[in-house]
Amino acid sequence: MIDVLMRTRGLKQPLLAQIDPLNGFVHANGRQLSAAQLSCDVPTTGTVYGVLFNFPATLAALGGAVNEAPYLAPPRAPVLYIKPVNTWIGAGMPIPLPPDVPAVRVGVTLGVVIGRTATRVSAARAFDHVAGYTVVNDISVPHDNYYRPPLRDSCRDGFCPIGPWIVPSSAVADPAKLTLRAYVNGELRQENTTGRLVRSIPRLLADITEFMTLDEGDVLMIGVPENPPLARVGDRVAVAVEGVGRLENPIVAEAELLGESR
Amino acid sequence: MKHARVAYAGAIHAATESEDGVRLADGRVVSEEAVVWLPPVQPGTVFAVGLNYADHAKELAFKAPPEVPLAFIKGPNALAGHRAHTRRPADAKFMHYECELAVVIGKPARRVSKARAYEYVAGYTVANDYAIRDYLENYYRPNLRVKNRDGCTLLGPWFVDAADVPTPMSLGLQTTVNGRVTQKGNTRDMIFDIAFLIEYLSATMTLAPGDIILTGTPEGAVNVMPGDEVITEVEGIGRLTNYLIGDDAFAQRAAGALHG
Repeated sequence: MIDVLMRTRGLKQPLLAQIDPLNGFVHANGRQLSAAQLSCDVPTTGTVYGVLFNFPATLAALGGAVNEAPYLAPPRAPVLYIKPVNTWIGAGMPIPLPPDVPAVRVGVTLGVVIGRTATRVSAARAFDHVAGYTVVNDISVPHDNYYRPPLRDSCRDGFCPIGPWIVPSSAVADPAKLTLRAYVNGELRQENTTGRLVRSIPRLLADITEFMTLDEGDVLMIGVPENPPLARVGDRVAVAVEGVGRLENPIVAEAELLGESR
Repeated sequence: MKHARVAYAGAIHAATESEDGVRLADGRVVSEEAVVWLPPVQPGTVFAVGLNYADHAKELAFKAPPEVPLAFIKGPNALAGHRAHTRRPADAKFMHYECELAVVIGKPARRVSKARAYEYVAGYTVANDYAIRDYLENYYRPNLRVKNRDGCTLLGPWFVDAADVPTPMSLGLQTTVNGRVTQKGNTRDMIFDIAFLIEYLSATMTLAPGDIILTGTPEGAVNVMPGDEVITEVEGIGRLTNYLIGDDAFAQRAAGALHG
């Protein structure tokens, strides 16, 4: 049994629950529930940052283009972006697909949850600033031009499911040995591991906090692996990180979700 | 009315402008120097728009003005208030201020048309959004290392109610460095005006009260150095003062991080 921190819809305060990683049951308030029975809210509170190209094959896919216009050189510092609050949804909540978006990329990633203010931390001390881990589905409109910030591709309403809970770092033996999996309609479509990062978690924290403070509650997504599966309206997408959790969300037409007639 | 958020005598206060300084919500009037100025609104998502004045876009060697707004997002780490100290790294060759009109959203905004955009504006403040061009890279440009550094986006001193700003699209902008005018412009020269920006952003994202849009800066970005006093001013909104400090002020903390 692992103690996890979660938030449930309708309750303002966080909840301490126990999860059984073997059968996926959650014990909360003296009851045993399946994850699907829980009404999970986003468990994190701070800013959510993402890192582009942190799986080697994602940068390799650009090939020689990194030396041509508009890029002119390979990236030096971590390429970062923000998933703002309008993108956050909890486990089980529908991901709205706008009418101009035929399909989205499913973006399985590990979310590193900051536990203590991190300013100019060394890689050696970086884990002192980590409270735990959560699962994030970094949804995006497929795009292969990375010159301008990805507002229209990455920051649509509901494009960042987070949860279902935060597993404390003490319960994750080695965050560099976790399997990442993405499913569409129950079918395994992608598998990768946190062991194949361009920058490890401590390296990322050192390089980022050199110029930018990460605060308690902030989330750093470690990157989305290459070849993300596509999903469309009507699909159920799930992303899972071994030992951390599984996050499942249906994809619904935005107009249907909002009760709009078009 | 002009509103501020300040720290004074161990607490955070709402405050308003007073002839003698700053009037706290509890009635006390204190001097501008006696308070610590925080960003005047508790910010939600902070958007910034690059290259939104044709003269500045030209200055940065862009041949043609952009066809759509160049919008990006900042984190809360970047923000600080009036009279803040901002770090200028010693290794940077070119760090420049950007005087900007900041628009504060007042109610949830989704797919708002240009015609109705101002109904969603709560008010305005002044921004100084520093950039360190040495760190520019061409991935998600302007990258966060240039535009999301701790304490490099100043807001304030005042949040001014929209009702008190009848002509937000014709306000003079001016920056002085140590008292010398280095940047001058007018919001009428924006490529994408406030109404357009609200329509553009709310077309794909729901904006919320407290969200802020920094609307860009005109030409006149010059390098600044530790010890400089930079004042960015928007006509009728406020004069936002900032002090640049060097790496030496942080040496002790850096040593602590290494050995701690």
